[in-house]
Amino acid sequence: MAQDHAALPTKPTDITPTPVRAGIDLQINGEHYRHTGDPAMPLLWYLRDVLRLDGTKYSGEHGVGGMDLVLVNGKATSAINTPMSKLADKQVTTVEGLVDAKGHLHPLQQAFIDEDAIGCGYCTPGWLIASLDLLNRNKDPSDNDIDGLPNLCRCGCQARVRQAIKRAAAAMKQGAKA
Amino acid sequence: MSNTMQLSRRRFLQVMAGAAGALIVGIRSARAANAPVPPDMLGDALYDFGMFVRVDADGTVLIGSRDPETGTGVATSLARIIADEMDADWQHVRVLPLGLGVENDNGKPRWLYGQQVGGTGNSIPRAWRDLRSAGALARWLLIQAAVPQLGVPPEKLRAELGAVISPDGRRLGYGQLAAAAAKIALPHGAIALKTPERYTLIGKPAGDADARAIVTGQTEYALDKHFGDTLVAVLAHCPWPDGQLAGLDSSAALGIKGVVKVIELKPDPHVPPGQTVIAPAVAVIAENTWVALQGRKALKLQWKPGASGSESTAALEQQATALINSDAAPTTRIRDDGDIDKAKRKAARRVEAVYSQPWLAHATSEPMNCLVRLDKTSATLCVPTQSPQQAWTVVQRLTGLAPDQIDIQVPRIGGGYGRRLDHDYVAEAVLLAKEVDKPLRLFWTRDEDLTHDYYRSGCVHKFQAILEAKRHVIAWNQRVASASALTGRGVPSDHLWSSEVSVNQFPAGFIPNYRSDWFGLSSSLPRGPHRGMPHLTNAFAVCSFVDEIAHSLKEDPLVTNLRLIGEPRLIPQQGGGAVDTARLANVLKLVTDRIGWKDWLHSVNGFGLACWYMDGAYVAHAIEVSMQGEKLTIERAVCAVDVGRVINPMGLEGQVAGATLDALSTALNLAITVKDGKVQQSTWKDYPLASMAQLPRTVEVITVPGEGDPAGASFLAMPSAAPALANAVFRVSAVRVRRMPLMKELLRLL
Repeated sequence: MAQDHAALPTKPTDITPTPVRAGIDLQINGEHYRHTGDPAMPLLWYLRDVLRLDGTKYSGEHGVGGMDLVLVNGKATSAINTPMSKLADKQVTTVEGLVDAKGHLHPLQQAFIDEDAIGCGYCTPGWLIASLDLLNRNKDPSDNDIDGLPNLCRCGCQARVRQAIKRAAAAMKQGAKA
Repeated sequence: MSNTMQLSRRRFLQVMAGAAGALIVGIRSARAANAPVPPDMLGDALYDFGMFVRVDADGTVLIGSRDPETGTGVATSLARIIADEMDADWQHVRVLPLGLGVENDNGKPRWLYGQQVGGTGNSIPRAWRDLRSAGALARWLLIQAAVPQLGVPPEKLRAELGAVISPDGRRLGYGQLAAAAAKIALPHGAIALKTPERYTLIGKPAGDADARAIVTGQTEYALDKHFGDTLVAVLAHCPWPDGQLAGLDSSAALGIKGVVKVIELKPDPHVPPGQTVIAPAVAVIAENTWVALQGRKALKLQWKPGASGSESTAALEQQATALINSDAAPTTRIRDDGDIDKAKRKAARRVEAVYSQPWLAHATSEPMNCLVRLDKTSATLCVPTQSPQQAWTVVQRLTGLAPDQIDIQVPRIGGGYGRRLDHDYVAEAVLLAKEVDKPLRLFWTRDEDLTHDYYRSGCVHKFQAILEAKRHVIAWNQRVASASALTGRGVPSDHLWSSEVSVNQFPAGFIPNYRSDWFGLSSSLPRGPHRGMPHLTNAFAVCSFVDEIAHSLKEDPLVTNLRLIGEPRLIPQQGGGAVDTARLANVLKLVTDRIGWKDWLHSVNGFGLACWYMDGAYVAHAIEVSMQGEKLTIERAVCAVDVGRVINPMGLEGQVAGATLDALSTALNLAITVKDGKVQQSTWKDYPLASMAQLPRTVEVITVPGEGDPAGASFLAMPSAAPALANAVFRVSAVRVRRMPLMKELLRLL
């Protein structure tokens, strides 16, 4: 029977879409992706080299410094310390995913602009992710709560980031009431 | 079509018509002014517009920023200087980084936009001198273009917010006028610049022009750029910059799927002075970063040390201390005013102290990297460099290409601090790109970046002050020992001190008998320009010492400082210019008033102050600290600056607050130590920039309004921060920290 059909092209209606390559399925900024490469590849290099989502920066090999933070299921996580193998069915949010569907800035992004909480800007995506994680856990963070952020900044933006977080917290409370 | 107007002897303002009715105004060199306009200059490719101002038919104004943006806000400020002069509507201005402007002058480079350098504190003063005329010319042309359409003579027209307006209120937008403006013949004389009361943007606050792109992750640093199918190279450098490879087994690395090549990089001993020699290294080139990193891990490497293999920072510090305490003649006597020895005989009081400061790394957030596409007739680089002209020189030497065959693009940079004035990483990238047939990205990992820097040398200062009976300092003797950052850079040996001490630094010229000696240390450890050099180390030592004089006199340090500064007067500076003592005293008074200095003696908290000046700008800090057990808290930090005219108050405030925190972070924690020639810090854990909790919660910034030409503020707020902190720590803990970093020494002495 197989031989009878061998010479004939497959009819389009006969094709059943089944996955042909095993991989790790995950969502990044709401989009579905399947990683079919090395499961040990850190998320950072998947984002940067494979997807060219370059907003998440390289901080160092040990995940210290906070420049490579992303949200994994809502929690701030070092992208270089997270191999793809740990991300099956996880939801990842990078700095590119902070705007809403219409492209409006998140109140935290707006607060960073309003407070000029930017130096060279390289560490800014990491600050945004860590701050968002904090605000998700704590709608009204105190100075001591903000002190706990893991990020480093050589340009010295810390004081203005602190103001931006407070401004965003106030804006988000206002937004929740409206 | 194009026409030109002379700006200086060799440089011209040039005007031409772009595609779709655009007006383009730029500065070109004398030679280029007569040459036909390159076709790509007229196109719509933004990277090729290569000029300072372009007004498009839709009213968009594109302004090119010639100096690399390292995070100091220079792109925004340069653009606002031009936009103000041409009365553009900032809402419709887009700022773009200009690449290197270079053309071929019989095989030699000719720089199209003048000096292009970032993060060295002189972008704003240079722009103030020459960029305003580009904006003024654009405004003049647009007004002329409106004359026939509005039927009103030019002197009755005015420009405002991107439009030319007639006395009866009719307006023509710049976009409508651009095409006609591009055809107008240039005026014969110079165009008058705006007078200050007509400024609309200068002196008004503006956020960073890139802010929205940065917070949405859209800003592309060189590390985020791609040239199509690009290979990635990572390096394993020799631990000793003067060492060599003793053994390499790359078979395991080459066995990894995706690893393309393993290449040994050797230093070229014939590098011309001024260009840095690369350290020996082995590069792994692979299809992506992850594979390259695995390849590097699989290398079996043996390195042999060179002369630096026996060096240590501890031994250098001992050597420096011994030198300044000995009777040895200095390497250079930098300044010798009056007669120190005679003054000593009138001494009513002597104060002496020795201060030691560590080696430092640059620790930029974005590590060294360079993207290169190379073929027989062109080299295109996308690279974070503070000096694209220096980068060009390196590329030219290694490729032999003609000047205009080398295209250097400089996107926003993740911090510079002087590290990117050296181009070892550019040389490495070009050498590696020659070995492959695809574009290549060189990427330094954090450990390579921290362990293969051009460091700031550690230094030891010794001071002796002689006071007469009325508490005036009549003699000041200072001895500094350090390894010059200029060694091996083609600088004459009698000028090696100039990276280590300033001949004009406070209080030189304030005291009749003043001597400054420098002792050069010999070291093979690599050194280079560093943010705030030489002010950072000297301000810490000098301003700590003034505080010690105050303590010795049992008086308020504010009184001691003001007595030392003296009456309002101008003190001439060697090399030109003068220090205005009234402006220096003023910033000091502003910070002490703000912090509530009158409580300094009675508060349970500690108060410290310090002031400094450089390059026509003045700065002071007042800091309040508290201590509970071993926990030091910086309660308040106040900084006042006087930079003359302020271009962007918001940018200046950010820069001042940022530099203050950077200086405090450095003072609290940071030191590079070297043992057996090897740098011991390779991660953020070993080289811990201050955490949020260690830093003050705000920096209160006071800006003195000024009318004079603007001075640079890139690192102005760094020098006085650390001594103000150390002086405050002394008041709260009675511990005088004379050896940095502060926290380590404080905990040792408590």
